[in-house]
Amino acid sequence: MQLIINGETVSVPSSVGNVSQLLEHYGINQKVAIVELNQDILEKSRHGETALADGDKIEIVHFVGGG
Amino acid sequence: MSGRYSRQELFAPIGLEGQAKIRRKHVLVVGAGALGTGSAEALVRAGIGKLTIVDRDYVEWSNLQRQQLYTEEDAQNQVPKAIAAENRLKRLNSEVRIDAQVCDVGPEELERLVEGVDLIMDATDNFDIRMMVNDVSQKYRIPWIYGACVGSYGISYTIRPGITPCLNCLLESVPLGGATCDTAGIISPAVQTVVAHQVTEALKMLVEDYDSLRNKLVSFDLWKNRNSSINVQGVKNASCLSCGPGRTYPFLSYENQTRTAVLCGRDTVQLRPAGKVDRDLEQLEALLKSQTENIQRNPYLLSFSIESRRLVVFKDGRVLVHGTKDTAEARSLYHRYLG
Ligand SMILES: [Zn+2]
Repeated sequence: MQLIINGETVSVPSSVGNVSQLLEHYGINQKVAIVELNQDILEKSRHGETALADGDKIEIVHFVGGG
Repeated sequence: MSGRYSRQELFAPIGLEGQAKIRRKHVLVVGAGALGTGSAEALVRAGIGKLTIVDRDYVEWSNLQRQQLYTEEDAQNQVPKAIAAENRLKRLNSEVRIDAQVCDVGPEELERLVEGVDLIMDATDNFDIRMMVNDVSQKYRIPWIYGACVGSYGISYTIRPGITPCLNCLLESVPLGGATCDTAGIISPAVQTVVAHQVTEALKMLVEDYDSLRNKLVSFDLWKNRNSSINVQGVKNASCLSCGPGRTYPFLSYENQTRTAVLCGRDTVQLRPAGKVDRDLEQLEALLKSQTENIQRNPYLLSFSIESRRLVVFKDGRVLVHGTKDTAEARSLYHRYLG
């Protein structure tokens, strides 16, 4: 499947079917991530049930603590 | 124009009028590490009226790679970061009033420090304190600018009470431990890019050009060549306990405070005494000289080695135990040598 993540076209393996799995694939903790799918922000509780489709535009921002 | 701020005044969105506004403003920088030294230097050079900078730590060799106000001499002498920052900032711009505070910021300190402050710059290294800053910002209606970085990644967001979502809306829960306790290292351009985002937003705010604010959560990875920005306005949560109508400011309550903390990625435990303390460091040195090694003292702190650990005692009574993450061991050393 091809996704556009943070403006870049990337291929993800077929095991990545929803937003939770996508975050896992990139090693990002769900709790500290904000995900926008086709310009709509997803509530964290919906990451698991939100399926991804070819060509979806996704922005991922994750919070870090260092400074 | 050849005046000190001429280039900034020639920049149309600031101009003479904006410069005069900057001159009247008071900014609080919480933390004097990588982000704090960057922000403080930029704001002081820009001619801010007053800058308060607060930090609980002292300068170490590992700071010099990215904490731009410090020198080898500061590390050698274990100068508290707030003091070392103040010394340098005063030499960069003697027109700015600098207030340096060596202390561990809790709710009480923060509520005292924000008096008369127009803007808070986040330069902290953990979410416990950011959540306190977030609550204080809402309580006193003072905007603050979140910034953080790790590795080659950085993130920033400008929080305006009553207008944008707050950090508690954005995070839902405080991330603890591994996810944000940064041991991954950091390169200085990541710091500087976050500082650039934070200071630019700060300048817009200080000259009251609110229409030019970014209004987006921005993040980047300089090494992986990625950028992202998200409009998070819709995340504002009506039932948020920090900014909603039923607000309780949960992070300013004392049940959420800890006396003992393991410092992020540092192999160090910090112990805070209950109540106010003013340690006589000279007397303490005389007392400890015979039973400890490598004792070193400056006007702000005393350090010594014992049982292969290094203890640092600050005038305000705080103690850092380096070389362990075991809070029980740290407490036992504390009671044995510092009573
Ligand atoms: Zn909120």
